[in-house]
Order: sequence, then structure tokens, then C-alpha cells
Amino acid sequence: MNSWGFQVDALDVARWQFGVTTVYHFLFVPLTIGLSVLVAILQTLWHRTGNERYLKLTKFYGKLFLINFAMGVVTGIVQEFQFGMNWSDYSRFVGDIFGAPLAIEALVAFFLESTFIGLWIFGWERLPKRLHLASIWAAAIGTNLSAYFILAANSFMQNPVGYRVNPDTGRAELTDFVAVLTNKVALVTFPHTIAGAFLVAGSLLVAVALWHLVRNRDSADTPTYRFAAKFGSWVTLVAAAGVLITGDIQGKIMTQVQPMKMAAAEGLYSTESPASFSVLTVGSLDGSRELFAIKIPYLLSYLGTGDPKGTVHGINDLQAQYASQYGAGNYAPIIPVTYWSFRFMIAFGMAAAAIALLVLWTHRKGRAPHNKWLLRAGLVMPLLPLVANSFGWIFTEMGRQPWIVFGEMLTRNGVSRSVSLTEVLTSFTAFTLIYATLAVIEFRLLVRYAKAGVPDLTPAPEIDDSHDDAERPLAFAY
Amino acid sequence: MELTTIWFLLVAVLFTGYFILEGFDFGVGMLLPVLGRDDRERRVLINTIGPVWDGNEVWLITAGGAMFAAFPEWYATLFSGFYLPLLLILLALIARGVAFEYRHKRPEPSWKRRWDAAIFFGSLVPAVLWGVAFANILRGVPLTADHEYAGGLLDLLNPYALLGGVTTAALFLTHGAVFVALKTVGDIRERAGALAVRVGVVAAVLAVAFLTWTLSIRSSTAAVVLASAAAAALLAGLAAARVRREGWAFTGTAVAIGLAVATLFAALFPNVLPSTLDAAGTLTATNAASTPYTLKIMSWIAVVFTPIVLAYQGWTYWVFRKRIGVAHIPQH
Repeated sequence: MNSWGFQVDALDVARWQFGVTTVYHFLFVPLTIGLSVLVAILQTLWHRTGNERYLKLTKFYGKLFLINFAMGVVTGIVQEFQFGMNWSDYSRFVGDIFGAPLAIEALVAFFLESTFIGLWIFGWERLPKRLHLASIWAAAIGTNLSAYFILAANSFMQNPVGYRVNPDTGRAELTDFVAVLTNKVALVTFPHTIAGAFLVAGSLLVAVALWHLVRNRDSADTPTYRFAAKFGSWVTLVAAAGVLITGDIQGKIMTQVQPMKMAAAEGLYSTESPASFSVLTVGSLDGSRELFAIKIPYLLSYLGTGDPKGTVHGINDLQAQYASQYGAGNYAPIIPVTYWSFRFMIAFGMAAAAIALLVLWTHRKGRAPHNKWLLRAGLVMPLLPLVANSFGWIFTEMGRQPWIVFGEMLTRNGVSRSVSLTEVLTSFTAFTLIYATLAVIEFRLLVRYAKAGVPDLTPAPEIDDSHDDAERPLAFAY
Repeated sequence: MELTTIWFLLVAVLFTGYFILEGFDFGVGMLLPVLGRDDRERRVLINTIGPVWDGNEVWLITAGGAMFAAFPEWYATLFSGFYLPLLLILLALIARGVAFEYRHKRPEPSWKRRWDAAIFFGSLVPAVLWGVAFANILRGVPLTADHEYAGGLLDLLNPYALLGGVTTAALFLTHGAVFVALKTVGDIRERAGALAVRVGVVAAVLAVAFLTWTLSIRSSTAAVVLASAAAAALLAGLAAARVRREGWAFTGTAVAIGLAVATLFAALFPNVLPSTLDAAGTLTATNAASTPYTLKIMSWIAVVFTPIVLAYQGWTYWVFRKRIGVAHIPQH
């Protein structure tokens, strides 16, 4: 107990560090996943049509992509090290299962991504065009593949499958690798995460293009930005549909495998059949009683079970069930956190889709509105799904608490025993400071390059492989 | 051969590959203020490693992942035990990676100076600390019977480990200078070549001292042979650098670093993290390993994907094989 009257231990700080570094890392991941593919599509359009508009957009959004990509890479290394540094007992417990997807992610996906992104950055006007185009696709595939392996690893923590606990060592051991990779939670979380990433990437396309459209209605590049705004809006809408469909399936799987998380998402204390969906519930401060609520009858039963009269278990019943199953203890997550993060995730994500619809509507049939409210909406647009992504992760990770591996290991038992409070405080402070500094730098650079607009294309010399190319050994990107 | 032995070898190969590859790009980073006298020269230096540094760093991520998957106990004890050195390495790698990408994004000299500092320290810190870390792995650290690290930061900063740190930094510096000489044209190539020889002599003395000390701590026939070969390769590389045979010089320093890392792993085997406190705490390739089932699956994946990765990564080096110089750097 310190002079402020609360106690901080290494476990709390390790948890905060994991939360901060993971949410921060995932500010860059959605753009990397989504924009890599969108830039690859733009470059393909250029390759197919020869229309310079697509080349301009490829280079323009490619720059924004790379500014963001660098941050995703460097913050990702922390994630792999952090399990061993702060969560060594967790690493010992699950290493036999959890290490494999991480190693495969590096070998199969990260090498592909990093090598081909280098070829793409430095290969402009150096590599044959087809090969250069293939490079961005290889990088995009690597990025998207990496998401699968890390989500398979995370899904084991949500819904452990394909393992047994060795009674002699007390460790989890892999018994069925295919089961781990085809975990139903992973199969549905992967498309949900990818769709969420495209929601961000599509929104970025719209925001930047809209800014230029509103600022300058009659520039030579206006048709280029119009295309980008519409293309981005469609991507956002399709992604929103993807997020909704996969989210619906996720809800049903969650009701089966992590009913406590579903109940916590809804603040549902008592088992109901049929259960109503809470649009807004205001509870007491400790989250144990509800004071005021707006509810839609039957909806939660339908979302959770597919049957409008299905039974959805409440927190109190599940708590009693878990206490008898796992021993005395509190098995409910922090309800206000899960309840609100779940709602914010949905609200912020859908707000982006609404703006995308608005942009498409206002730009229909050649219309070019000069409306400052539309511009403002467009500018906040990429932040909305980004925040939705963060809340999604906060929800799914906080909703699993108190477990680190659901039903098998409590978070408090996974922390490193040999790491002192001073050490973990040092690292938490250091990461927070460097991350905050880099966030400011990165954001300013993004704005600077977004404002600069699409590049003027100076005619590049045609590359002929028979010609001595010593004069242009690589594109001097650095 | 036992699966655990195969995976010990694979982890050794991944770290060896990492130190050979990122070794030279750490070296280039440390040489930035030395060889890069103006902005254009610094850009030449950074662009020599531009297309490859990220792929080189994935060797570390793969080595870490392989360690986690194949030897969870080793990964868990090592990473929680070597907490502060690893934290510094992470911070350095963060600053350095962002610096490469952001340095050229604004024209102001003050902006570039700051990122240059990030590249320099971001390369120097891991170049030293990886040596400190691996020397401590070899020397052994205080571990309790249940494999928990029981020492403090000062236990890691012993004279042998510090010599290890200085040695890796000197080796990477030499390797980097040789790489710059191999990859550039003009004045900078001459200066890099001359510097490589001078730094290389210091690195050779340090490496011989460090490897001799290493073999006095723990040794095996294989380790002695590898250490001797490492020394011979380094001397051959320096001789080649002296007569400006840059390709051979780079081969020499690459092989020397590879063999030096192999020496450490050969001396270590079958231990992976010896305990200096409670002998029962010593982690070995057997008691730290995952189950045979996990190792078998991982082996198949490694067999299929490693050749593919090596092929396309090697091809990248071929694509960007041309030398670059100040004359190539565009004005903007």
C-alpha cells in the first residue's frame, strides 16, 4: 500500500503494459493489412489499364502505407518478446502449443512480407513491372497470412483445443495441431479482423481523397481523387458488411465457448430465455446492479443462439457454475469495461460505414459537394474504425478475464515471477514514452504526406534488361 | 538424431544467420557518423542496407519464435531473466527501424540529425548487448531449481560478458565496413576498405581473447575446431580486405561471425542455459524442450519453408547486387 492508498504490483503493471503495447501495435496493423491489399489493387489497375491515375494513387497511398508499415513492424517485435519477458509462467504453460504459430508466422509470413516490401520499395523502375507488381502482392499476402497465425494463437487462449494438460508437469501439451489451426474461434475471428482492417483502410482512402476534393474542385487530379473517394467508400461498405456477418457468427460461437464473455458484453446478470438485447444500460458504479435500461426483446437470444427464444446464461449463474467447477473465486470480467467496449466497437465501426454511404450519396452522378460538414465527417472517418478495432481487442481480451487461457490458467498465474515491480515499471514507462513520441511523429508525417497529394509523374526511363542498368542500381527510397 | 538436438541446431542456425545478416547492417549503422561525412554519403550508407535490413531482422523474430516453440522453458527463463538488456535491445530496434523509414521524409537537417543518432545508437546498443547476452548464456546465470532467474542486472555485467559485448560490436563494425566497401563506389569505398582493416585487427584480437576465455569456461572438440576456424576465417577476410578483394573479405567476415556463433552453441550443448546457483536449475536441450509431437510438426514446416525463404531472400540480394555511390543519389 502506498501513500495514495492503493497497491500496485508487478502483475498490474505487466497487464497495463500488455494492454498499452498491444492496442498501440494494433493501431498500425489494420492499415498495414488493408492498405497493402488496396495499394496492390491500385497498382494492378495501373498495370492492366495503363491509366496514370492509378499509378499516382499507388504511389500516393503507397507512401502513407509505408509510413504506417514501419511502425507496425517495430512495435510487433515487442509483442513476441513480451510473452517471455513479462509472462514467463504463461509461456512455460502454453509454449508447446502457442510457440508454434508464432514461429510459423515469422517463417512463413514475416519473411515474405519484409523481403518483398523491400523489393517493392527499392524496385521502382528497377524490377520488371510485372515482378514489381508481384512484390506488393507477395507482401500483402504475407501480411494477411501473419494475421491468421497470430489469431490462431490468440484463439487458443479464448477457446483451448487440440491439447491435454500433462499431469506430471502441469503444462499444456499439443495433441492435435490441425485442431489448433482450425479452432472455430480462429476461423471466424480471422475474417472479422481482416474486415475490420479494411474498414480502416477504406476509410483512410476516403478521408484523404475527400480533403483534396473539397479543397480544390477543379484540379487536374480531381477525377483521380473522386475515384479514390468512391473506391474507398465501397471498400468501407463491403468491409462493414463483412464485419457484421462475421461478428454475428462470433456472437453465437462466443455464447457456446465463452458464455461469460457474452453475458458480460450485455451486462446480463440473470439467465433469460428469451433474452433481450440491451441498447443502453446504466448500472451502479460497481457494475453489479442495473439502474436504467433500453432493451430490444428477443434480440440477444437471436444473436447468441440463432433462436429468438434461446436461453442466454447470465453472469450470476455462470459465476456459480464456475465457482463449483474451478473453485472459489471471481470468474466475471469487469462488466462496465466489457459492456461499453462491446458497444463502442459496434458504434464506431458502423459510424464509418454510415459516412461511406453519405460520401457515395453526395458524390452520385458527378456531383461534387463543397460542404464543410461532409469534409469534417470524412476527416474523422478513419479514426472511427481504428477506435472500433481497439475496443474490439479490449473487449475480447478483457472479456476473457480472469483467465489468460480460458478454463486452464488464470492471468495472475501467468506473470513472470523473477521480474520485479521496478523492472516492469521501467519497461512500461520506457515503452509508453517512446510510443507516445513516435505516435506524434508518425501522425504528423501522415498528415504532411496526405496533404502533399498525388505526385506529378515525371516520365520514367523505360527499363530494358539488356541495357546496362548500373546507373540506376535501385530506387533510392531512403 | 534426437529431435531436441535438431532443434538446438536449428535455433543455433537461426541466430547464426541473424548475426551474419543483421551484423553487417548494425555495422553500417554504427559507421554512419564515421564514414558518412555529409548527407549524401549517409544516404549512400543507409541505402546499401535499405532493401534488406527488415528481412534480416526477421531472422531474430524467427529465432525467438523457434525458441518459444521448441524450448519454451529456455525462452521463458532467458527472456524474463535478461529483462533489462532485452528491453534496451527492443527500444534500440524500434528507434532504428523507424529511423530508416522516416529519415528521408523531411528535408530539415535537424530532423535528419536526430534520425541519424537513432540509427547510430539503435545499431550500437544491440551490437554490444547481444554479445553480453550470449556470453552470459554460455557462462551460465544463477537459476533456482525451478528454472527461475535469481540474479540481478549486475550479475549480467561481469567482465567476461562485457568482453563479449565489445567483441560482437567490433566484429559487426568490421563486417559492416567490409560490406560498405563491397557495396559502394568512389571515395567512400576506399575509406570503408581502409577502416575495415584497422577495426578488423582490433576485432580479431578481441575475438581471439573472447573465444579463448569461452573455451576455458566450457569446451568441446567441436567448439575448439570451430573457434580456430573462426579465427582463421577472420584473418583471411582481413587479408582480402587489405588487398581490396571485397567479395572475399565479406565472405571471410561472414564466415568468421557464423563460426564464432557456432562455437558458442557447440560449447553450450547439450545445455541451453546453465545454472551457476543450483545445478538442478540448469536448462538443457532435453528438459527445456517441447513435446516430440510439437517438434515433429515444426520440423516438417521448417523443412518445407526454410529453402523457400532462403531462395527468395538470396534472390533479393542478387537483385540489389549493384554498387552504389554518391553520384547515384538523386538531388531531391
